[in-house]
Amino acid sequence: MGKKSFALPYVVWMIGFTIIPLAMIVFYGLTDNSGAFTLDNVAAIMTAEHAQALWLSLGLALISTAICLLLAYPLAMILKSISKNRSSLIVFIFILPMWMNSLLRTMAWQTILSNQGILNLVLEFLGLPTVQVINTTGAIIFGMVYDFLPFMVLPIYNVLIKIGQDKVEAARDLGANGVQTFFRVTLPLSMPGVVSGITMVFVPAMTTFVISTLLGGGKILLIGNVIEQAFTSGSNWHLGSGLSLVLMVFILISMAILAKYDPEGSNVV
Amino acid sequence: MKNAMKKIYLILMLFYLYAPIMVLVVLSFNESRSRVVWGGFSLKWYEDLFTNSMILDALKTTLIIALVSAAVATVLGTLACLGINRMRKTPRTIVMGMNNIPMMNAEIVTGISLMLCFVAFGITLSFKTVLLAHITFNVPYVILSVMPRLKQTEINVYEAAVDLGATPVYAFFKVVLPDLMPGILSGFLMAFTMSLDDFVITHFTRGAGVNTLSTLIYSEVRRGIKPTMYALSTLMFVSVLVLLILVNVRPQKKGDIIE
Repeated sequence: MGKKSFALPYVVWMIGFTIIPLAMIVFYGLTDNSGAFTLDNVAAIMTAEHAQALWLSLGLALISTAICLLLAYPLAMILKSISKNRSSLIVFIFILPMWMNSLLRTMAWQTILSNQGILNLVLEFLGLPTVQVINTTGAIIFGMVYDFLPFMVLPIYNVLIKIGQDKVEAARDLGANGVQTFFRVTLPLSMPGVVSGITMVFVPAMTTFVISTLLGGGKILLIGNVIEQAFTSGSNWHLGSGLSLVLMVFILISMAILAKYDPEGSNVV
Repeated sequence: MKNAMKKIYLILMLFYLYAPIMVLVVLSFNESRSRVVWGGFSLKWYEDLFTNSMILDALKTTLIIALVSAAVATVLGTLACLGINRMRKTPRTIVMGMNNIPMMNAEIVTGISLMLCFVAFGITLSFKTVLLAHITFNVPYVILSVMPRLKQTEINVYEAAVDLGATPVYAFFKVVLPDLMPGILSGFLMAFTMSLDDFVITHFTRGAGVNTLSTLIYSEVRRGIKPTMYALSTLMFVSVLVLLILVNVRPQKKGDIIE
């Protein structure tokens, strides 16, 4: 059934379009305009402006990942309890928004959260003080949670659905209460899903430049914005590549930390 | 009580997920171009849609890229699965590790790495470079959905077919492929969806004048998006909704299409 050589086209493709391109980033990041070796582009992360963008991205990504997890876990449990069949309609309803262009959906939040937006109209109508949300870090967190929530719900749901009801019942029979059962049986068994969800939310949140542009009003710079500008408006590819190298190191570190909590390294997407 | 709380939570989350979609649908019927003022009901943006060549071109580009990249990725990925399945442990771990790179890496890094590579090798950024980039990030999704299916497939059945006189190619198409089909189909759908919604990687790898819906929307953000775009998204959303309902109403075998 098949030969090893069937994988050859893909392996060649991966080398050409993944490995060599990554090597290009390393090359550009460690050289200057004349092609001479330099560490300046990587060290540029230490400048106040860049360091601030990096810490801000890290902070916002951590906060939105935590919020996503807190919102998604109960949601995944509820979805499990009401859907006996994996392909039931209610699960589709939670995936469906992903089929509408994510840029447009984020744009729509701009409309809702803006100063004369729907949120403030409702608050005014209720006689409550209006709030300034748009163009703050709060709006960016809001957008991240919105955009990436499905990526947290799905892996957790996919793991929960596989945990046999017998395990939960066994724990209850042996005298564990609901809270104990959750923390000692359900949660540990669902860790692969949690870990996979965290990766799928944290990495895009940490590296986005779209959400900060749309909801941060272009004044709040994340590391993604700095890199994007280095390539588009600044046209300093060496600097952009150097900063991307730093970003990749951060992603690798966070994955190494997460891998500790998922010994099997299973992928549950 | 507990059930009521579950229901309330579910409804709140649904509201959160669908609020922006409702806003876009409502705005697509807004006579006024403003995003905050309701100017009365109108279908003019829907009429405009059919004559707006910029949006129609972007739609065409988006669909072609999504279809072609998903199709190529599906063939490449399925073949790769068959090959990887035959490998010994070490090469298999290496290939699967490589396969994870585009999925785990930041989109912005994937985008700029491809751009740097294209430029360095003298390939002009164009429609083709976007297509190559989309195939690259699509294959891993196909492999991830075909691989588990392949592991469940019994090799005995294939061997039985060959023993009974089927050529390996015939046995593959008659015995193995039907078994893999749900995985292949779900991989294709996932790849198609990822490609359809991609902005970041397209942003960096597209040539001048090449626009997908995402890049068109992004470039229009500062000038203010024409509500025609809302009309198009509403139509696309409703078509997917209808399709999903049709698929779900039809009695379905467990494990069909989307696992």
